[in-house]
Amino acid sequence: MKSRVIVSTTINGEPTEFLCEPRQSLLEVLRDVLGLTGAKEGCNNGNCGACNVLMDGVLVNSCLVLGVEAESHRIETVEGLAVNGKLHPLQQKFLEHAALQCGICTPGFLLSAKALLDHNPDPSEAEVRHWLAGNLCRCTGYDKIVRAVLDAADSA
Amino acid sequence: MTSSQYKVIGSRPLRPDGVDKVTGRAVYGADVKLPGMLHGKILRSPHAHARIVSIDVSAAQALPGVRAVVTARELPSVGDTVTDLGESVVNLRYMSNNILAHDKVLYHGHAIAAVAADNPHIAEEAARLIKVTYEVLPHVLDGRAAMAANAPILLPDLRTNELGKQGSSQTNVAEHIRHQRGDLAAGFAAADVIVEREFHTATVHQGYVEPHAAVALWNEDDQILVWCSTQGSFGVQEQMAELLQVPPSRVVVTPTEIGGGFGGKNSVYLEPVAALLSRKAGHRPVKMTMTRAEVLFGTGPTSGSYIRVKMGATRDGTLTAAEAEMIYEAGAFPGSPVGAGCGVLFGPYKLENVQVDGYDVVVNRPKSAAYRAPGGTNAAFAAEAVVDELTEKLGIDPIAFRLHNAVREGDRRADGPELPRIGFIETLEAARDHAHYSAPLPGKQRGRGVAAGFWFNWGGKSSASASVNADGTVNLVEGSTDIGGSRASLAMQLAETLGIPYADIRPQVVGTAGVGYNEGTYGSRTTFSTGWAVYELGKKILDEMRQRAATHWDVPVDGVTVQDGTFAHNGDSMSFRELAGQLEVPVSVSASVFPSGFGPSFAVHIVDVEVDVETGKVEILRYTAVQDVGKAIHPAYVEGQLQGGAAQGVGWALNEEYVYDDKGRLVNASLLDYRMPTALDLPMIDTVLVEVANPGHPYGVRGVGEVPIVPPAAALANAIYQATGVRMTELPMSPARVSAALLAAAVPA
Repeated sequence: MKSRVIVSTTINGEPTEFLCEPRQSLLEVLRDVLGLTGAKEGCNNGNCGACNVLMDGVLVNSCLVLGVEAESHRIETVEGLAVNGKLHPLQQKFLEHAALQCGICTPGFLLSAKALLDHNPDPSEAEVRHWLAGNLCRCTGYDKIVRAVLDAADSA
Repeated sequence: MTSSQYKVIGSRPLRPDGVDKVTGRAVYGADVKLPGMLHGKILRSPHAHARIVSIDVSAAQALPGVRAVVTARELPSVGDTVTDLGESVVNLRYMSNNILAHDKVLYHGHAIAAVAADNPHIAEEAARLIKVTYEVLPHVLDGRAAMAANAPILLPDLRTNELGKQGSSQTNVAEHIRHQRGDLAAGFAAADVIVEREFHTATVHQGYVEPHAAVALWNEDDQILVWCSTQGSFGVQEQMAELLQVPPSRVVVTPTEIGGGFGGKNSVYLEPVAALLSRKAGHRPVKMTMTRAEVLFGTGPTSGSYIRVKMGATRDGTLTAAEAEMIYEAGAFPGSPVGAGCGVLFGPYKLENVQVDGYDVVVNRPKSAAYRAPGGTNAAFAAEAVVDELTEKLGIDPIAFRLHNAVREGDRRADGPELPRIGFIETLEAARDHAHYSAPLPGKQRGRGVAAGFWFNWGGKSSASASVNADGTVNLVEGSTDIGGSRASLAMQLAETLGIPYADIRPQVVGTAGVGYNEGTYGSRTTFSTGWAVYELGKKILDEMRQRAATHWDVPVDGVTVQDGTFAHNGDSMSFRELAGQLEVPVSVSASVFPSGFGPSFAVHIVDVEVDVETGKVEILRYTAVQDVGKAIHPAYVEGQLQGGAAQGVGWALNEEYVYDDKGRLVNASLLDYRMPTALDLPMIDTVLVEVANPGHPYGVRGVGEVPIVPPAAALANAIYQATGVRMTELPMSPARVSAALLAAAVPA
């Protein structure tokens, strides 16, 4: 067995090849191989959502995906949210609503919220809460996060 | 002072570090990467209590890619020095023992040895190859069981500090403290109603989403460089110096962004071990990060407790006496927050006859660390439930009863000090007058609870410096970890003082080499104390700039006025920016403060619940947090403190606990099984910011971050009682416990 595998992907719109060990998770690859440290490790077993990214538009815990599984797939991370120097509306609303305190969970929440709004542009508060239930925040009590997402949906 | 006096304070600008934090660019502990960096991993104890017979590291050392292995033997011996960690004190000899076990392991997950290797996977594999032979000893997890005569002894040298006198026999009780005033017997004799109840609370964790992470480099010149996620760089410096027995000046700590702390990131765990590994591995930087399981095994938590409370009141609702016994589990080494718990317990009430006995007891659980208003939630859960029962027996509205007995300025707390101007009465009135308190709550198994909370707050030492740029902006250099928006609250205070726009202040958090001494971000002290330092900076800059304007106009300085960022003399005027552009010699200032006028905080929470009688699940329908916040510098971040504290309190109240098996092994060390609240578990959390300015601060600031975690558990227990008629006396009030209690009370579905 080869100790490392070449994987071809598209990351934030850029065709990207990387070399990874078969045991490395996508989260490890993003952070340690590609230097994209926006995705965070909070638990490494799919319970906190801090590592969430989109894979072909589908929300995944990048700690539960192997790097080699990214072959031929399209990955979106927090680093790709702002385009041409302009923050994504969710990023802007998180700032305006003070929806982050320490900020460690923020990248994961932004990706989860993006996945929600991409397929449901006008969610109810209950839908937002349900969709974000896979992301833990220990600072805010979620109030301002939920408001930021609802406001981003309204202003889209 | 009213908010209209201020131009910047009270507004809601975007935080200076915001863009970095929504783009993933901010560098947190685990994001640090240095050239030639190795990765460290810790081996932890599988036993709750055991003697270490031998440690064989040869197989680990032989694994290709392993660069160093260390055990406690590498740690210098440390004397009995007691150090202040910010809301908790610890004996450094014990702390050394906690970082790497010396001769015994004292809890499941206790660190024993560490490996540095080329990558984390090799390090993990090598750690597993370390062979430890144990002689397993009987363990004890419960505080009261640990106080029994035949209990297993954790620390053979421990003697009880019994009301200030040292005991002579082996024990697990590190300390017995007592607050006493008045005549307890006479007080209870005067009471018409007396309620006495016992309460238990579980061990819970701070639960910050970022696991501990540190990089250390022991340089060839014996400088030790540390990059880490910490609430206080200077605290890390002091602890490193003591634990490694090097001068503090040789330890340079650079803080990263921090992913939550709540008290749990004041003490060091990984930093000294990474430094030892670095020295042994040829002076290469070593990075250590904890897994979530390690965070739960080896850091935090706060004390589980047993509390017995007895209170008496007359028919008209006047409290006549209160007495309590509080037993807090410190974990493996002394230092539970029982002292603070004793102060919080009856903190909201005027009491002439009072006695509180507190016991700090070691048990085979992780060494406890500070957690947001340490010890306060446990205490309020007990006292506020007894108050609720008194109000029920007396037929008095719970808020009216509290208003009748509330402490005011000049009253003496049970633990001694006289209270300065506080806003408890105003907070109670705001809760009483809030629409939530009088809203109808129809439906079966629904109830409304209310509880109050008190927290001391702290001032502490802070330093900061600032320099004026030629374009009129001002660099603010501070050493307080920004854990929830303090760059904004500090920049706002400087802008207000200088009379210039908030956007013109450029705040930056630096480490031990870049600014004067700062205590950590704890004790709700940063916006208060570092805010005061920043206010001093502003005054110094204005003084200096007035001098420069006087020189410019060639007039005496007394004739130069400054208002709203404009310097004026006899019809001439210059803006701050214009003057900044003409400075020949730059203006830079620094300030250090240790203010004592920190004002205590009071909170009143109102909560509506619905209890599912079939499952025991408690659903929160509505939540309102009312608090005296002194002066809200940035109201959105103040609201965030109230909401976040309430949410943590809800988790503590309803779900969170350390679960152990019969061998003393922690069985729920994951975020699936250690169940913290999600967005789905909570409603919006309404906040009411009552602003009773603290006379001990130039802008009226009082700490806001901690007291919001004090009332939630009590408010929820009181709401569950209103919903079901059953008084829950044990935390967490999880579905299993609630349904068992409802079954026992035969509450019909």
